Amino acid sequence: MLATAIIVFREVIEAALVISIVMAASRGVAARGWWVWGGVGGGLVTACLVAAFAGSIAEAASGVGQDLFNAVVLFTAVVMLGWHNVWMQRHGRELAQEMSRVGKAVLSGDRPLYALAVVVGLAVLREGSEVVLFLYGIASADESNTGSMLTGGVVGISLGTAVGLAMYYGLLRIPTRYLFKVTSWLILFLAAGLASQGAAYLVQADLLPPLGREVWNTSNWLSEDSLIGQVLHTLIGYVSRPDGMQILFYLATLAIISSLMRVFGDRPGRPA
Amino acid sequence: MQNRTHSARFTALSVWLMVCGSVSAAETYTLTIKEHRFEPVELEVPAGQKIKLIVKNEDPTPEEFESRSLKREKIIPGKSQATVSVGPLDPGTYEFFGEFHEESAKGRIVAK
Repeated sequence: MLATAIIVFREVIEAALVISIVMAASRGVAARGWWVWGGVGGGLVTACLVAAFAGSIAEAASGVGQDLFNAVVLFTAVVMLGWHNVWMQRHGRELAQEMSRVGKAVLSGDRPLYALAVVVGLAVLREGSEVVLFLYGIASADESNTGSMLTGGVVGISLGTAVGLAMYYGLLRIPTRYLFKVTSWLILFLAAGLASQGAAYLVQADLLPPLGREVWNTSNWLSEDSLIGQVLHTLIGYVSRPDGMQILFYLATLAIISSLMRVFGDRPGRPA
Repeated sequence: MQNRTHSARFTALSVWLMVCGSVSAAETYTLTIKEHRFEPVELEVPAGQKIKLIVKNEDPTPEEFESRSLKREKIIPGKSQATVSVGPLDPGTYEFFGEFHEESAKGRIVAK
């Protein structure tokens, strides 16, 4: 049971952190719940589909279909996060002002909530399909143990959700006028970390050269399997043994999104 | 401008061909998962060159091939197989395991 709980927890925690950041970043927006939970629901449904077709996906493209699939999912999320940040740079200040003025009242506007919904959906899809496969394997293999293993699954999901909730309520303690600034930074580093994960899949599939294997190794100092390592892996893209290509994608994503925020973020003709 | 686009395309194409070429050039090794164990448990491969690892899962249940030292992580659904590119490796021993059955599914790659 414990082993199951740990494996499920590991998968759930990343999606839970992504959802908590997205929830904080969309604070005060009308109907955000529909978008975010719609993203979760869509992600779960797609996760089951992906799990059902996992065999065909794995064998596609000469055995690297799964890596390609993961890379596409990750890079799509990166684009959506970048788009959200550019949009927030343009409109964030007025949103924060409006929120302070009307308290926590409802905000309308054409905020790109679909971008965040897609990000949530993709996070749930990626982690969820692994959980579904894993639990399905247990349920079908070892009937005597199914009960305790499923308990483990529930415990793992609950613990992961608890970490996400802690992150969310922690973020909500940030004063409104700083909140969107903080969430924009979080999303920037989240995007860079996802891009570096995507690069790792392409290296694994041999579609990109590693540009130096294991540029550094800090696994003795902070393992990605530890809770802190895992949280940092999601939040800032911490990798204990990165390939050169991962570092390149990480830095390029940081640079590209921040310059897009700078170039398109400030609306002309408005007082600073 | 047109020329530049063309040459950019050509460069992209040749890079792609080089990449694909390197895939087909790599030597292939096979690992089989059966009853949540790897066969062979120890796989000897040449150091200093890229290899292609085919992981076959003969169990009906999925397994996740994972190795921290090789930096590889891949789900192999039940009754199917997947390809993992490995190396070029420095000489040494690289542990791997099946994350879904960690107590039994363990093995290592020895690069010589």
